Amino acid sequence: MKQALFEQQHQSFWQEYAELVDALEKKQTCDFKRFVPAYRRLCQHIAIARHRGYSPHLVDFLNQLNWRGHQLLYQRPSMTWIGLMGFLRFGFPQAVRAHAKVISIASLLMYGPALVLIGLILWQPDWVYSLLDAHEVASFEAMYDPDSERLGEARDAESNVYMFGHYIQNNISVAFRTFATGIVFTLGSLFFLTLNGVFFGAVAGHLTHIGYTEPFWTFVVAHSAFEVTAITFAGAAGIKIGFALLAPGLQSRRQALQKASREVVPIIYGTILMLVIAAFIEAFWSSDHSFPPLVKYSVGAVMWILVLAYFTWAGRWRESS
Amino acid sequence: MLDTAVAIETPEGIDFDLVPSGPIARVLAYLADLLIRGVVMIALSIFLGLLGDFGGGLYLVFYFFLEWLYPVVFEVTRGATPGKMWLDLKVVHDDGTPVTLSSSLLRNLLRTADFLPLFYATGLISMLCNDQFKRLGDIAAGTLVVRISKPRQPARQELPPPSLSPVPLNQAEQAAVIQFTLRHDVLSKPRQAELAGILESMLLGMPGDTQSVTSSTEEADQKNVFKLRQIGAYLLGNNQGANAQNQTAQSSEATSS
Repeated sequence: MKQALFEQQHQSFWQEYAELVDALEKKQTCDFKRFVPAYRRLCQHIAIARHRGYSPHLVDFLNQLNWRGHQLLYQRPSMTWIGLMGFLRFGFPQAVRAHAKVISIASLLMYGPALVLIGLILWQPDWVYSLLDAHEVASFEAMYDPDSERLGEARDAESNVYMFGHYIQNNISVAFRTFATGIVFTLGSLFFLTLNGVFFGAVAGHLTHIGYTEPFWTFVVAHSAFEVTAITFAGAAGIKIGFALLAPGLQSRRQALQKASREVVPIIYGTILMLVIAAFIEAFWSSDHSFPPLVKYSVGAVMWILVLAYFTWAGRWRESS
Repeated sequence: MLDTAVAIETPEGIDFDLVPSGPIARVLAYLADLLIRGVVMIALSIFLGLLGDFGGGLYLVFYFFLEWLYPVVFEVTRGATPGKMWLDLKVVHDDGTPVTLSSSLLRNLLRTADFLPLFYATGLISMLCNDQFKRLGDIAAGTLVVRISKPRQPARQELPPPSLSPVPLNQAEQAAVIQFTLRHDVLSKPRQAELAGILESMLLGMPGDTQSVTSSTEEADQKNVFKLRQIGAYLLGNNQGANAQNQTAQSSEATSS
């Protein structure tokens, strides 16, 4: 069959198909029942056109139509609200347990330096100035000064919202950075985890030393259950993808990286959720010093127990071990 | 062909080509997005600045969204950020399917790594080191930034009256002649003459060229081109065929707009 005749015969069909795809792309119709046979027919036309050596112009044109249809027909499953429920009930805790080893390494990298630093600074208080400059130390002291007026009463709602925005922006960025830089053969994640640990340890040690124990620890205890855990998760995810490049095993480095990345995605989703929760607690609960310390500490303990219990027991059902 | 196109085979057993976008277009798209984000941030800071601390908090949340999730939202819903749309780029998976939330999030979070140590140096080096211009984020997420080609402008031209080829042509030769005929507009005159000249001895056997010996070389060249296009017209079908070709391209124009 000559190309001209072929075009003549199918012209109206291509037109129809293009209009249908157009409507589907703009979500004006959901007529996939009509679309699917049309798509297959178009595929057949392309096969014929290629086989008979019709002009590249025609093949290009048909390919263009085909590509638009392909985008509509072949899609990978994506997150939905129902998926989110399943994710919270099973996906997230299961993913965390599946990566227990790397998460414990990340935790060690963060809690280890923090505990060491607290101990060191309680022993040699001056060492804090070799880690933080005097201005920073002074600003932290001012922030948790038990004599300050601000600490005694609840902050007004407006500045709470401001701090919420700050915690969202700052903490989630820190978590993302801790994750992403891990692709550099785990180095970035290792660095940021340790840095966070050292920094926290230095501040905590110093404030404990000068006797600001209560305002500092009552502030930190509740939201840290979510925040610190989330940062270690992000770091663990980063270590995992970096390690895939270091030791790809029997796969190529590219394959190993892709596989590791796909596996850590649930942890990243979860990290974002946890940091949003942490920002809420930090902005609206932790800053409120009108409660007695005992209440603050117990709420903090409950938060930690909740988080640990969630990752230990949630989603055990249907878990492949 | 010598190009960077990636052939994607569909389950129907046909291929289509995806053309990965090079670094220049992607840098331009990034800069356009940066500009858009900058303008939005400035507008927001003026507006939210009026609301005191409350506005400040909202501003920081928006800042976070624009910094990290702006590309994700656009890639998942539209397939491309505004900057990429402007340059006709689209983000897809390696197998040509539209990008999902997971893949888009991955590739955009890993921007941080691609940015290191300065101005996307790692990403650029990575793009130049592989055949599909992938930065680290693309490699990890298994995604590809492709150029969407607009359906091509029709070869709007009158074909000469069809004429049978003096010698039988096999399929590859036929395809070459057809392509020559339809690409008449985009080739320069000397190039046309050069290409048609290769077949001069074959074309001499065609009817209606008694004066070709006496005419100047330029006229002879013109005649060769004309004859070759006559054969092309025959292979395509007929004059009507040429019109149909135009219609095809026109209709594709209409539907793509």
